[in-house]
Formats: sequence, structure tokens, C-alpha cells
Amino acid sequence: MTTTLQPGTGAPAGEPQIVRQSKPGSGTGSASWPVRIGLLVLCIAWMIPALGMLVNSFRPRDEQFASGWWTAFFNPFGSSWTISNYTTVLTSDAAGIPMAQAFLNSLIVALPATVIPILIAAFAAYAFTFMQWKGRDVVFVIIVGLLVVPNQVAFVPLVKLYSGLGLNGTFLAVWLAHIGFGMPLAIYILRTYMSGLPTAVIESAKIDGASHFTTFWRLIMPMSMPALASFAIFQFLWVWNDLLVALIFLGRGDNTVATVALQGLQGQTGAGRELIPAAGYITIIVPIIVFLALQRYFVRGMTSGAVKG
Amino acid sequence: MAIKVVNAVIAILGGIGGAIIIFWILNKLAESLKGRWEDRVKPWMFAGPAILAIAVYLIYPAIVTIQYSFANEDSTQYVGFKNYTDLLTDNTFLQVLLNNVLWIIIVPALTVVLGLGVAVLADRLRARGEKTTKTFIFLPMAISMVGAATIWRTVYDYQPEGAPQTGILNAILGFFGKAPVFWYGQSTLHFNSLLLMIILIWTQVGYSMVLLSAAIKGVPEDTVEAGRIDGAGERRIFFSIIVPQIWPTVITVFITVLIGVMKVFDVVYVTTNGAYNTDVIARRFYDELYTQGNNGYASAIVVILLLAVIPILIYQVRHFRAEEAAR
Repeated sequence: MTTTLQPGTGAPAGEPQIVRQSKPGSGTGSASWPVRIGLLVLCIAWMIPALGMLVNSFRPRDEQFASGWWTAFFNPFGSSWTISNYTTVLTSDAAGIPMAQAFLNSLIVALPATVIPILIAAFAAYAFTFMQWKGRDVVFVIIVGLLVVPNQVAFVPLVKLYSGLGLNGTFLAVWLAHIGFGMPLAIYILRTYMSGLPTAVIESAKIDGASHFTTFWRLIMPMSMPALASFAIFQFLWVWNDLLVALIFLGRGDNTVATVALQGLQGQTGAGRELIPAAGYITIIVPIIVFLALQRYFVRGMTSGAVKG
Repeated sequence: MAIKVVNAVIAILGGIGGAIIIFWILNKLAESLKGRWEDRVKPWMFAGPAILAIAVYLIYPAIVTIQYSFANEDSTQYVGFKNYTDLLTDNTFLQVLLNNVLWIIIVPALTVVLGLGVAVLADRLRARGEKTTKTFIFLPMAISMVGAATIWRTVYDYQPEGAPQTGILNAILGFFGKAPVFWYGQSTLHFNSLLLMIILIWTQVGYSMVLLSAAIKGVPEDTVEAGRIDGAGERRIFFSIIVPQIWPTVITVFITVLIGVMKVFDVVYVTTNGAYNTDVIARRFYDELYTQGNNGYASAIVVILLLAVIPILIYQVRHFRAEEAAR
């Protein structure tokens, strides 16, 4: 593309100066066909492993081991399909405990471990944003530093402490652990958001004689909803998907969560091996639904510039 | 089962209600104090529970872990630096460290590059195409590493020669008349570690793509336009105009992935459990803590990990300070 410019000075009048300009190759809708095809291939490649597991989860045992999932995918009417993998793994003890039970345990672990830290962190974030106190900035810098500290630092002493208190294997043990481990990120996200709220509103509430407690509940909490939602999704997925904390503090008893049960099933070589794809989907279905339904908040949580250790 | 559901509901409501009541009581206590004391105490009432949680679950255990790292396996006697010298002279542990270094070098860099590539290319699609592409690439981010490792069995699965192959890679080899390969056992040049890294990258590229895409869209159009008027080609515009402006985001993504990679555990634990020379620090830590029951080694491994994290920690704090100052 060339553009003609009317020169100011320097160039003789009447003879327009020609400026060479490169062609815009970016911007919405400018994709060339190789780019489109490349992205299409990438998307397909990205989904193939998950598609394979989905197909396999509905195939009977003998077919799963007699041919790859693609055989059934490309010949759907010549293959047999079944939901018995799902019903079996949900109700039998193949994965140590019934997956239905493990699924429920995951919910029992994840819901309180999501909601309680939010509440605690919201109060703290309020204190860090709207209150003046000695040591505030030092404490907050420590919290920022703790964002990158791996949770592993806590395990050895906590296991000892918990076994002294008889807490190992209980839901309380994991709830408390997730509240502690999730706290730095929760405070960080909420404080970042709250410090962007208009201070005039808070000031006028103060002048009207509202206490901090009232201001917090009536003003700050409703105004912080987007940040609260983002962190809630983040923390829920993090807890639901967690393997290590559940493995260490809950183990493989009646309280086993879905990820641990699925991991336990992986070791199967004989009977039960055909159940792995079904168990896999039972484990990942909740995060997928949460993600697809609340993608917007999820993205906002990630772009809030936080790093979790 | 029904009892469990009821218990869960009670736990959820009780936990939340309890937390509200605690804050209400703390607030009342602070209000009962008069004048300046109320203002002095109240922030600690609001921030106190959070600080307590962090102190009990991160700071106190970290200190005890450092202490344990100088003690014997059941933490009853100090042994000086023995745990560290044992580990650092143990060949298997050095291999573990080397593996982690490979993970650290390869995964964050590849994740950033791939994410940036998809972000740039998808940006050129029409709005709907871009959204669909991004959803597909981003979806694995929501899945647990256990789930991801399970999913990748459909790619890496191995059956003995002669048996029908159910993994894509071995089916392709079979198509060309080659013998199947036990992929997780291919430790030459750490090839199997690379295969495990691909699983992690599969889940992380979406994250990198979303952040970098947002950053690219934030690059002011007139800076790109100015480059175009000066006759810069696409490549030049990308590397000299766009990349410098999104660099802070590139660093953020890199560091986030880096931290995740340093303590990578799930994917190795689920696939090979550290066999075939694929072991990493966090899995070895779990092994020492649970299978071997050696608190001394386990703690020393954590301290080594902690030391490796310190540069990132310093960067993080500095970065935060600079951001606060710019506010």
C-alpha cells in the first residue's frame, strides 16, 4: 500500500512525496488460509487425546483392548457401545471406593475450602486496603513473597502435627490446609481489586457514620463481586484438581477424593483397567462445566496478575 | 451416603456461619474498646484470622521444616548437614535435580512461545473463530494433572508386540510396520521426561495464550501504525514493537509456569511414579516422606526447593514494590 502525503517544506510543491508503507498483516479477519488451516489442525490435535478417552469410556472392555479408540470413532455403527463402565466404576470398589462416593467427597472438600477462605481473605483485604495500621505494609509484602513459596514447605510438620491431633484422614484436615495454602493468593487478588474501588464512596460512608463492619458488608462485598467470583472459581478448581494435599492429608480411605481414586485406578493392569476412561471423565466433568460456564470470570482471575506458589 | 451429604451441608454452612460469627464477635470486641484503641485493634481483628491461617500453615511449618532438615529421619536428633551431603552425593538424587532442571529449561519457554504463537495467529481470525480456537486450547487448563495424564494414555499407551496397539503413537508405528515402543521407558536423552513435559505443556499453553492475547490486544494501535508507516515488515513490527510492549506479561507467564514446574508432582507420580529416570524433586520428596518415612531427607529436599525459589521470591517482591510505587 502506498500513501501520498502533502509535504510541508523541503519537497518542491506539486510533486507529492511518496512514503512506502507496509501492508497490515494483522488485525481481525486478516488471517490467510494457511493460518486458518494451521489453527484448525492445532485445535483438532489439542482435542484428540480427550476425544480418544471419551470414545473409550463408552466401549466395552474387550473392544477397548482389541483396537484403538479411532476404530470405533470411524465406524460407530459397527462397534458396540455401553455405559456399563460408568455404572460399574460409580458403584463398585474398583477404584478403592465407588467413584460416586469419591465424587461426593471431592465436593465436600472443595466447597468449604473455597467459600471459607474467601470470607477470611475479604476481611483481611479490607484491612489491608481501607485501614491504616502499623506493620500493614510489611505484613503485606510477606504475603506477596509467600505467593511463590511451594506448599511442600508445610507438609512434614503438618503431618506430624495432625497425627498428634488425630486429624489425618479427616475433611477438617484438608479444609484447614486449603484455607492456609489459598490465603496469600486470595488476599492478593481481593486487595488488588479493592484498592481500585472508588475511595469517595468509602469516605462518604465513613462521614455518614457507618462502621467498618457495615461498610464492609454493605458496600465493599457487593462491589467486589467480580473479584470474589474470580477467586472462587480459581480456588474451587485448584482444590478439586489437587492431588498432593488430598493424598497426604486424606489418603485412600472412605474419604478419598476423585483425583486420588483415579490415580489409584491407573495401577490396574487386569480387571478394572477398562474403567479408567470413565473414571477420568467423572473426575474432570465438574471442572470442564465450571470452566465452560464461567470462562469469563476464570480469565479475569488469571489476568489479575497473580502468581500462585 | 445420605449421612455424608447431610454432613457436607452442615460443614459448609457451619464453616461459613462460624466464620461470620467469629468476625462479628471480633468486631464487637474491638468496638467495646474506646477511642484510639478501637482504631488500633480493629485492623488486627479483620486481618487476624487470615494472618493466623498463613502463620500456622505456611510460616511456622516452613521454619520447622528447615529445622527438621538438620535432624535425623524421625526428627529426634540433630545430624548437622548429613541429610544434605547424603542427598547431594547420591547419584539418583542428582539425576532428579537434573530432570528438574530440564523441566525448568524446557516447559516455561515452550509454553510461552506456543501460547504467544496461538495468541498472535488467533488474533487475526474473526471474533467467533478466535473465541472458539481459544476455548479449545484453553480447555485443558481446567483439567487436573491426574485427568490430563489419564487422557494422554490414549496417545502413549503401549501393548506388547503382536497385541493390538491402543495408543496413537504405537498405532502409527505399527502402520509403518515398526515394532511398538514402551514410551515411558525411553530414557535415552531423557526422551520420556520430554513426553511427560508435553502433557504439562498441553494444559498450560491455554493460560499463556489467554494472558498474552490480552496483552497483545492492549498494544496501542498507533504504535503499530507508526511502524507500518516507517515501512517495517510484519516480523519487524512483531519483534520490535509488539514484543517489547507485552514483555511484562511474558515475564509474568514465564514465572507462573516456572513456579508450577519447579514443584511438578502429579504428572510424574501418575504416569511413571519416578521410574525410568523420570523422577523430579516433588515426587522424590513425597517418596521420602511417605514410602521411606525419612523426615530428614524430605525436609532437606524441601529446603533445596525453597532455596531455588528465593530468586523468584525476591523478584516478585521487587516487582510488587515497583507496582505499588507506580500507583
